[in-house]
Amino acid sequence: MNFQLWSRQIDSIIRLELKKYVFARRWLGVYLLGLAPILLFGVRMSFFNRRQLLETVYATFFQFYLLRFAIFFGCFQIFTQLFRGEILEKTLHYYLLAPVRREVLAAGKFLAGLIAGTAVFGGSTVATYLLAFASTGWGDQGLQHLAQYIVVVMLACLGYGAVFMLTALLFKNPKGPAMLLLGWEWLNFFLPAFLQKFSIVHYLQSICPVSVSRGPLAVITAPTSAWYSVPGLLLLTAMILAVTSFMIRRVEVTYSAD
Amino acid sequence: MSAQQIIFDGVSKFYGEVLGVNRISLSIGPGITSLVGPNGSGKTTLMNLMTGLLWPTKGTVRVLGVEASQAEEFYRLVGYCSQFDAFPKGLSGYDLIHSMLGVHGYSAADAEELTWKAIDRVNMRDAAKRRVAGYSKGMRQRIKLALAICHQPRVLVLDEPLNGLDPMARAEVIALFEQFAADSFYIIISSHILHEVDMISDKVVILSNGYVVAEGDIQGVRSEMEDHPMQIFIRCDQPSVIASRVFQQDHVVEVKIHQDGQGLLVSTRNADQFYLLLNRIVLENQLSVEAIAPADENVHSVYQYLIGSNGGTT
Repeated sequence: MNFQLWSRQIDSIIRLELKKYVFARRWLGVYLLGLAPILLFGVRMSFFNRRQLLETVYATFFQFYLLRFAIFFGCFQIFTQLFRGEILEKTLHYYLLAPVRREVLAAGKFLAGLIAGTAVFGGSTVATYLLAFASTGWGDQGLQHLAQYIVVVMLACLGYGAVFMLTALLFKNPKGPAMLLLGWEWLNFFLPAFLQKFSIVHYLQSICPVSVSRGPLAVITAPTSAWYSVPGLLLLTAMILAVTSFMIRRVEVTYSAD
Repeated sequence: MSAQQIIFDGVSKFYGEVLGVNRISLSIGPGITSLVGPNGSGKTTLMNLMTGLLWPTKGTVRVLGVEASQAEEFYRLVGYCSQFDAFPKGLSGYDLIHSMLGVHGYSAADAEELTWKAIDRVNMRDAAKRRVAGYSKGMRQRIKLALAICHQPRVLVLDEPLNGLDPMARAEVIALFEQFAADSFYIIISSHILHEVDMISDKVVILSNGYVVAEGDIQGVRSEMEDHPMQIFIRCDQPSVIASRVFQQDHVVEVKIHQDGQGLLVSTRNADQFYLLLNRIVLENQLSVEAIAPADENVHSVYQYLIGSNGGTT
């Protein structure tokens, strides 16, 4: 076990991935998803001048736009690129010809995606939160709520990121499975309580500081405690990454077939 | 012994039902070995198997005793300049090599030193900091070569490494290979430029339809091809004297006198007997011989005999 070498290699992989993607056009969509609400909040959020109402508005925005839409699609764009993008661009062999264990490669790439996703959507969360509550003040729990939202963003990037990285290895076109997952995550609150627990968004919502109404047709379930939600999401991520690592060990370079 | 060789042990590779290579058993030692064969013969598949980009369907590949699944050890030994011409977007040649050396685990300072060393070896210093997207084909080829050699591997696998290089760069790169080979490195090259293969190879492996049809040093391969009489060219003052004597021999199948009357081409099934006879004829007739050389003991001829084309489409 050469942890020192692996950490150096992971560090280099992260740097290289970020160098390749941060200023690349293909991430324009990710930046737009993160930046658009900042502009929106900057323009007209002072319209809601009651703090309590504003908290609900912000929670609705966070759960429906940021969580279910921006982070979902942002993570899709970021994490499917990590391997599938390289296969399509015929550049994966550069990594596969380096003396790096493929599990280490998967870990490095995943961390690069996680850093990027968290930076964009964590940044977006901080900026929108600050703008939203600029006129009313944060109140007693403002900072704590913000910290909770950031944790949710990180966990969402972890969970969705791991799923999309694996999906991109399993399927030549990961858009189909991603759409299915999106449907499952959106329709989650119409499902029976038992099935709701088989989704990422259920656990993410459970950790959100403010709960929101999901409409008259929603099946109301008790949120899962943070003591279960956080370790549960971490465990799920670890399991998916383990499967990804197993799969990446058998990856071959047959670009023409991909 | 196996730790000093590149060994293919009963290796087959199928892409679904399509044959890549079949039942390959090979042992490659130090020096320059060339893979020769027409398109689709399995050269690139063999190279990808050798470098762990493909896994064999059957059999094992070991490079100096190490399998590709032991990535940390294997890829310190092996450098591969593949035929893939794509590069990660937005990077300069320097960035690419320096970053990949980081992935190898080198510190930033060591990586920088090795990067410049490799870049200098392929004469790319001036363009190193420019983005690869703006490089010409020859420059891209050279930066790939630099990437393959930057970590100073003992085994260098090169898929069509001379493609896109101008004659000057070709000569430089060939000199580089010869230098590596002289230092007991293992160089495996696939090339369709047969006269260059002939010039630089210590050993050839000829592939056709996924099978190895011949391997070894070119003289050895040629001498085993008994179906094709050996052609020997003799430059001398009285070719007709030699022609009349050798034509009586059973092993001589054809004699052609050169147009200028100063040489002849003999086809024989027994080169050793022919040379003995030739010595006698020359001494008995006091002939003046300027040169004797095998006319088809080269990769091009062997390729023609085995594959049945002139090698232009490999």
